[in-house]
Amino acid sequence: MPSRILPLALVLLTLALCAAGREAVPVGQDPAIERRMMTLAQELRCLVCQNQTLADSQAPLAADLRQEIRELMQKGQSDEQVKQYLVARYGDFVLYRPPLKSQTWLLWFGPGVLLVGGLTALYLAILRRRRLLADEPLNPDQEERALALLSEDEGQPS
Amino acid sequence: MRYLRYLIPLAAFLVLTGFLFKGLWIDPHTVPSPLIDKPAPAFRLTQVADAGKTLSRDELLGKVWLLNVWASWCVSCREEHAVLVDFARTGVVPIYGLDYEDTRDAAMKWLGTLGNPYQASLFDPDGRVGIDYGVYGVPETYVIDKTGTIRYKQIGPITPEVLHDKIVPLVRKLNA
Repeated sequence: MPSRILPLALVLLTLALCAAGREAVPVGQDPAIERRMMTLAQELRCLVCQNQTLADSQAPLAADLRQEIRELMQKGQSDEQVKQYLVARYGDFVLYRPPLKSQTWLLWFGPGVLLVGGLTALYLAILRRRRLLADEPLNPDQEERALALLSEDEGQPS
Repeated sequence: MRYLRYLIPLAAFLVLTGFLFKGLWIDPHTVPSPLIDKPAPAFRLTQVADAGKTLSRDELLGKVWLLNVWASWCVSCREEHAVLVDFARTGVVPIYGLDYEDTRDAAMKWLGTLGNPYQASLFDPDGRVGIDYGVYGVPETYVIDKTGTIRYKQIGPITPEVLHDKIVPLVRKLNA
């Protein structure tokens, strides 16, 4: 009997240790707000580790900001208002989707302009090449010379 | 004229290289603050040295001052601190500290051993005022003018060069 109880006891002990070892993650009371916060935080950049979202980052500032977002949402602010709150403090850089404004026109339209420009250049180049390759009818003078050359050929076998 | 067109790729290459070369010297961690030329966010915080005494932004209106965000756990603050202590002696501009996410004991010990360049240090243990000022990496320093408007933000430690090239000329201009 003890040989069966021992593994079970070990499993239970491990589980208990796991439970004790994990620090409680502060989560909001309201699961709806928690969901909204996490969705929004996935579109926001953590300024400490810049390639991570606020949702992913373990940086203390990111945790503080998640808490701040929770509280703003509890006060009834919309996602847009929360974004504005963060942009006012940290700048557009916190947004993973940069807003469309005069400063970001090049960013938004640059690739499109390059693509259209490239295609236009390609199209023009093809047109010109085609014109160079197009058959030009011989003028009477040239035709006469060509006929003369051909008939000369016929006279003597090559 | 006809040969010029062969220079176009070279020109494009040089322009691209120019931008990339400039990019080598730009620190991606320095994010321009949207608070420049905006009113400094209001605060009322207790002082590090005395939990019974508060200080607010509005009490500092009418003079040019520096807000230096620091913390006893911050390694590069240590490097910056000596520069600040020296600078405070010149009396060019009053420096106020914002002790960010710190404990009073650790902060007092830090000031005791390394010297205190601050007129007063504000105690911001949960970093709320830090968030309002858009702090994301300590140390950071703000130059705030007589009307309470933020004029300059230094991200990262203040060096003698930064003082000499940016902060001192700016303070002189704002005081003029």
